[in-house]
Order: sequence, then C-alpha cells, then structure tokens
Amino acid sequence: MLPLQTSKTIASMEESIAELRETFRTGTTKSVSWRKKQLRALLDLVNENEDSIFHALDQDLGKSRVESYRDEIGIIKKSASYSLSCLDKWMAPKKGDLPLLFFPAKAEVMPEPLGVVLIFSSWNFPITVALDPLIGAISAGNTVLLKPSELAPACMSFLTQTIPRYLDNKAIKVIGGGADVGKRLLELKWDKIFFTGSPRVGRLVLTAAAKYLTPVTLELGGKCPAIVDNTLSNPSKAKVTAKRIVGGKWGPCTGQACIAIDYVLVEEKLASTLIETVKKYIKIFYGDNLKELKSISRIVNQQQFQRLVNLLKDPHVAASVVYGGSVDEEKLVIEPTILLDPPLDSEIMNEEIFGPLLPIITLKNIEESIEFINSKPNPLVIYAFTENETFKKRILSETSSGSVTFNDSMVQFICESLPFGGVGQSGFGRYHGKYSFDTFSHEKSVLHRAFYPELEPRYPPWTNFKLAFLRLAYALDYFGLILLMSGFRKS
Amino acid sequence: MASEGEKKAVFDAESVVKELRDSFAAGTTKSYKWRSSQLNAMLKMMEENEPLIVAALRDDLSKPELESSIYEIAMVKSSCRMALKKMKQWMMPEKAKTSLITFPSSAEIVPEPLGVVLVISAWNYPFLLSLDPVVGAIAAGNAVVLKPSEISPATSSLLARLAADYLDHSCIKVIEGAVPETAALLEQKWDKILYTGNGRIARTVMAAAAKHLTPVVLELGGKCPVIVDSDINLQVATRRIIAGKWGCNNGQACVSPDYIITPKNYAQKLIDSLKCELERFYGKNPLESKDLSRIVNSSHFARLSKLLDEDKVSSKIIHGGERDKANLKIAPTILLDVPQDSLIMTEEIFGPLLPIILVDKVEDSFDVINSSGTRPLAAYLFTNDKKLKKKFIATVSAGGLVVNDTTVHLAEPALPFGGVGDSGTGAYHGKFSFDTFSHKKAVLCRGFAGDAFVRYPPYSRGKIRLLKALFDGNFLGIIRALVGWSNSKS
Repeated sequence: MLPLQTSKTIASMEESIAELRETFRTGTTKSVSWRKKQLRALLDLVNENEDSIFHALDQDLGKSRVESYRDEIGIIKKSASYSLSCLDKWMAPKKGDLPLLFFPAKAEVMPEPLGVVLIFSSWNFPITVALDPLIGAISAGNTVLLKPSELAPACMSFLTQTIPRYLDNKAIKVIGGGADVGKRLLELKWDKIFFTGSPRVGRLVLTAAAKYLTPVTLELGGKCPAIVDNTLSNPSKAKVTAKRIVGGKWGPCTGQACIAIDYVLVEEKLASTLIETVKKYIKIFYGDNLKELKSISRIVNQQQFQRLVNLLKDPHVAASVVYGGSVDEEKLVIEPTILLDPPLDSEIMNEEIFGPLLPIITLKNIEESIEFINSKPNPLVIYAFTENETFKKRILSETSSGSVTFNDSMVQFICESLPFGGVGQSGFGRYHGKYSFDTFSHEKSVLHRAFYPELEPRYPPWTNFKLAFLRLAYALDYFGLILLMSGFRKS
Repeated sequence: MASEGEKKAVFDAESVVKELRDSFAAGTTKSYKWRSSQLNAMLKMMEENEPLIVAALRDDLSKPELESSIYEIAMVKSSCRMALKKMKQWMMPEKAKTSLITFPSSAEIVPEPLGVVLVISAWNYPFLLSLDPVVGAIAAGNAVVLKPSEISPATSSLLARLAADYLDHSCIKVIEGAVPETAALLEQKWDKILYTGNGRIARTVMAAAAKHLTPVVLELGGKCPVIVDSDINLQVATRRIIAGKWGCNNGQACVSPDYIITPKNYAQKLIDSLKCELERFYGKNPLESKDLSRIVNSSHFARLSKLLDEDKVSSKIIHGGERDKANLKIAPTILLDVPQDSLIMTEEIFGPLLPIILVDKVEDSFDVINSSGTRPLAAYLFTNDKKLKKKFIATVSAGGLVVNDTTVHLAEPALPFGGVGDSGTGAYHGKFSFDTFSHKKAVLCRGFAGDAFVRYPPYSRGKIRLLKALFDGNFLGIIRALVGWSNSKS
C-alpha cells in the first residue's frame, strides 16, 4: 500500500465510522427486510463474480478452483442461504418459563444488534473468513466495518471494490491498507470486534478492546493433532484414514489453515503403514514432483516461506524428514513433507506449523496421545481416527479443544449446527449458523409484570412475618406459604 | 489472622494458581459427585451460619436483616438448589443436526469446564456477588479463586473462613486483600474471569486478561432509568420504585433505579405518592430507620455529598437531603428537574438520591435515555399503554428491561443477567451461569463409509459441479452432476 493512499484511508476512517454509527442510530439495519436484502445482495455478489474470486484466490494463494469453491465460495453461499432461511426464527424473542410466584408475568429474551462492529479477517481463507462473520453481523442487524488482510492483496482489492457495488454503503464498509490501518482502527470505539488470526495479534486486539470494554471474539489456531489408532490395521479403513489425513493437511491452503492437521500421533508399530499410505495419496492427489505439483495451494508470501524453511533447518529436524522436503523459493512452493519423530523440543513441535510439513510422532501406546496433547495449549480441533468407543470417551472427557472430530478432518467446518471456535490459546467465542447471529447480538432480557396482585411482604417496614414469607417465597415453597398465610405456621 | 505485612509476604498468587491447576488436571472438579458435594456444602454453610452472615453484612453496610436474608443468602441458596436440581441435565451433551454433506455422521455439543477461573466480587452485595458466580463455576466443573471486595471486610473475612471450613480448599480458594493482591492475581493466567464492579477497574481487568487471551464476563452498572407514564396504579408503581431504589442497599445496587423520567403534568402526583410511601416505609425520620442500609464508607459518602452540593443541583432537592456524616447516613432524597449536564445526571449515582427529569410527553423519554450515549444494566417502564411498552422494548437497549416493576428480573433465573456496552459483557444466573463457565465443545463423529471422492484431488470440472450441487443440497443437481460427471469421463 502506498503511504499516500494509507493516510487518505486513515483520514476517511473516522468519517466512515461516524457514518456507520449514524446509520445504526436511524434503525435501518434493525429491520428484517434490510437484513434479508443485504444477504441476498451478498449471494448475488458471490454468484455474479465467481470468476473474479477464483482469479483473486489463485493470485494470492495459488488456490485451485475446486479448493476455492469448496473452502470459500461454496461456504459463503451456503451460509448466506442458511441465514436467510432462518433469520425470522433467530430474530424472534425466546420465551422464558416463570415460576408461579411471579404470576402474572411474562419473561422473554430478545436478541438485538450490538451496534457498530469491526471484523478483521485473515489471509488464508480471505473470502470465507471475511464474509462469513459479515453474514453474522448483518443477520444480527449491525453496521459493519470489514478490514481484510493485506497479505492476500488480490482478495482484499476484490472485496474493497465489489462490496460497495452490492451492499448498503452506509451500513457496510470495507477498508484496505496494512497493519497501520489495523492499528488505528483498534484505537477507536466499537461495539464488538471479531478477529481471526494469530494469538500474538489476538492479544493486541484484546488489549485495545479493553480500553472501551468492547466484547471480542477471537478465532485463533493452535497445533491441531490427529490421533490414529489401530484402525490402520484394517486396509480399507487405513486407506480412508490416509486420504482424510492428506486431505486435512494439504487440502486446505497447503496446511495454512487453523483447522488443518498440524501433526499426527500413531503407535510405533503402525507408523510405517501410515507413512506408506499417506505417501501414496500425496502422489495421487498432488503428484510427486516439486515442479509439477497440482491441486495444491502455494505459500502465501516470502516471510511465511522463510519461516517454514527455517523450521527444517534444525539438523535433527532435517534428519527426520522421510518424504518431501524440497522447496521452490521462486514459486513459493514447498512440497508435501513428512517427518518422523522430529525432536519434541524443536520449534516445529512447539509452534503452530501452518504449512505443508507433517510431523508424525510415534508412541508406545496410543492412549499416551491424551497426555501428549494435554502437555500443549488447547488446540482448535482434535482429530481422532478410531472406532474404539472407550477411547473416544476418554478423548472427549480428558482433553480440551475447540472441537473434536472423529474419523475425518475439516468437515466439521461446514456443519452449521456446530459452534466453531476455540478455547484457551485457540481463542474464545464462536460462530457459524445461529452462533454467528448470537455472537453479534445482545440478548436483552425483558420481564413484563402486572400491577396486581401485590405482594405486601416486599415492602418495609420489615417484620418477622415478612421475613418468613419471603424465605418461603424464594424457596418456592408454595405449601409453606399457604400455611404461613392461614396462620398454621409461625413467623 | 495474619497482619497486613505478613499477609502480603505470604501471598504467592502463582502457587495458588498452580495448586488449582494441578487439582483441575487431576480431574477432581469434573465429576458430578464433587460438584454436587460442594454445592451441598455451600447450602449447609449458609444454613448453619446465617446469623453470622447477617451480622457481617450489618457491620459492612448496616444492611437490614431482611435484605441480608433474602437478597443475599436466599438468592444464593436458590442458585445452589437450582444447580443441584438441573446440573445433570446441563452436563449432558446436546445433539446437533447434521446435513447431507457430512452424511453419515452424528454431531453433538459437549459442555466441559474451562479450568481455573477467577471471580472478583463487589462490596454492595458482598455475599451474593461472591457466591452466586462461584455456584456457576462449580456447577460447570471448574476450580475457583474468589477475591471478595476489601471494602466489605467483615463479609470478606467471613467468606474466607467459611470457605476454608466447608469447601474443598484444594479446588476452591478465597483470597482476601486489596489492590496488591488483586493485581497479583490478575497477572496469572486464568481460563475465565468474572468481574463485578465499575467500568474503570473493568478496563484494568480486561487489559490484564488480554495478555493471556482470557475471556471475561464484566458485570458493571450504569444509570438505570425509570419511565413513569400517567394513568397507572400509582401507589403500586411508587412502592415498586422505592423497593428497587432504597430497598436495595439504599440505592447502592447496579440495578437500582437511578433516575426517573415522567411527563411534566404527572410529576406532582408522582412526587406526592413517593413522599407518602417513603414515610410509610421508613417513618418520618428515615435517618433513624433500621430498614435502610447506610452508605458503605466515608469516601462514597463524600462522593454522594458532592453530587448534592453542586450549585445547580442543591436547589432542586424537593424531599430529604438530610445527612448524618458520623453514621454515614443520607436520607432518601428526591430532586426535581436537575440539569442534564450536572454530575448527578452524568455519573451513576449508586446511592439514595433520586432525580426526576421532566418531559413534555412520555414518548420523549426514549430520546433522553438514548441520548446519554451509554447503555445501562437495566431500564424500567411503568405504563398500561401497550404501544408504549412495544416501543420501549424495541428502542431502549439495556442489559435487561422490566415493565411495571423494578429489579425483580434479577431473581428470575430463566433470564440472562448481564449488561451491554458500558454496562458490561456476558451474562449469568441459572443455566447462564453454567454456560458462562463452560466451553461448549463441538463433536462430529463420522464413520469410514460414505467417502465422497469429490473431496479429493485430482480436481476437475465435474467435481466442481458435484460439489456445488452438494452444497446447495440440491438432489436433482447432484444426480445431474453425477450423470454429467460420468458422461465427461467416458
């Protein structure tokens, strides 16, 4: 970004926010018809610009059309359609059950928009992670400022140019620019901030939000492990397992995904079976020649490329490479690489890899995987390939993660009924489906009371009778109350 | 009891947290048995020590026995009982729907404890606001540190003593102290922090939490307005306003009515009714009434006096205004038509002073509330007009709203209790307490059958077509794509 453009951007930032506040104040975004109109317009945006989106994703990340459809365009279309079909239901107040004591009264919880929200999206799924939260913010009736990541410049440019042509400019704005723009945005007051990215920047966002007590959702990452047990002994299940592991590692943006499989845990005696089957599918899916790799994204930029290359520099780590390892600096491609038991204290085993390097860690007994995972910060997802119900139960109750997926990878992302979010270092808050609507809403409680009947014991001057009455009332001891009132019980 | 100096020297926040982390890692707090044993112990603790608790609250706040027994102790007991009754249900996984795309699969959402949590409570309801969140934390299976407010020292030290006697101190600890102890606690890594108090400290809490990416619940306050329409049962409305204002710790409550807005032509009736009921409740000399809490300490007394002594405000007092500095008492005071830019109308009052703002017609009240730029914890409306009620609910944003009463929504566990904007973030009470201290883990269970080849490379046009159809949930499209796919292959 040129400095001139950036300073212009920052100057107009405050005007933009003032306009968003004013639009919110007028109540435009609260109407269900406005929200539906925007969601339909977003669907039109995606439908009418598929080619441009494919092109931008190819430029930024070398994503193939199938990957782009599966992980970006398809997701947004599905999410917008789902929100459209459920919006009336989501917006309706929820009734609460009241005890007899309150009679006659009505209790309900009403969702209302938070106001002016700020969404920061990341570079690896630059369309999905920008537009999916946007869908939630719009459904909940907010005005929005979206700041896409400058590390996916073609997509950022697409969004800044296209969104204003389809959506209500007074209520939904997109701002380009780099880290300085992001920094400046964080100095201002928002009613909610939704951030997808790294824990390091997550801390900065949260610290800035603290100044205004702004609620935040942080979608971070972590080292997502895949546990594989002796289902590998069954050849057909081993094949499916391997395909899903390969698909879950190199399929999403060549491993540059918060939910990509970071490393695998397997029993020693099954390691070679796993490695051989994984190698087989790497070759079928992507090819085995660095120069001719297909159907796989590239590394986003030089900085990330260097970071990944450096992970392999440690001689002990390099020595553990059993497949792949070649890199093409010019094309920013690293071939799918498998490592067998790199040292546990190496950087590759302590930092989130976020790239096409797959360590396989062997254990004497697969049950040790639980302890292994617990020795690290809570990941966003734990994958486990097993049909052992006892082991599944142990994994569920003895580990903590944003979510758990058994016998597959990645697909939990497209289940609208499942909340998507982290815990601990992998973040907090969640979205997808109705959870998106909720995360951008305030649930306002409303209690309707009538003037009659009146409970005299509520009011001073206080007496022992009133104390006894209230004690029974709070315990919902209606029988006791009757006894007290009819004189059969002493106060 | 250790002296201040000794206390500071022995307090090692890091080892406190480490001990709790070890207990949590050992799985102690996760079992239903442990959770219910602690909640039962808490009930027993309250049953066997009610007079001591009432005495501590009297020491700290001159709180009338009824307020202590009912608004503090009985409320916590209700929370415990509800958690004990519903906990098994709350702990169960919730099934989630799966779609064609992931067929065959099953999905559920499994609640799990967050880990080691910190509850920082306030001085005005020092018993309730300490233990009510702790009930939620325990029900959800966490280890807890409770930091009660040092401004209510008698309750704080009683809590520390009772917790040590009744609860499992390897998992539940009460840490007493003031700023240095709180700061030391905030430097540690927590899995969640629930803070009740004011906006200024809340910012410190959130900034400290940010370093560890710790999620927070902030239960703050704000200026809770009461709109009073004409043509209502004035006596009932007045009594409910008084009960919510002076009946709640003498106005020192986050949900107390802060100020009233009423139409000009109704004001006198309202004022007369207020005066009449105030006398009925508290007698001719309210400074001597035993049914009113005192002001908590001299610094709050000075703060409230300042609000009353401001030039443009002191002439607006139309009832009360008497003060007894030695005993930290201020009589129920009503002010009429104070300027919007006075201190009493810009700060949360948190005391027994009730300004009445006049408007031409009652609908103008909404502008008064919304123009303040902040959203309060609660807002109240007394009216029989259905349209006005609807407008109120639609336009006034607050943590919670009550029509034709004040403050009682706090006692209703079916309603989430929390603020929005400056009045806070997050909510608790009832199941919301359990939820706020839980992580709801999404679990997707698939089998090895039904492997959609279309997911895997090498990618092709046919696969895109099929994927599109699958995502659209369009059966015809799926068939067409499959047929087309096989056509293009041949």
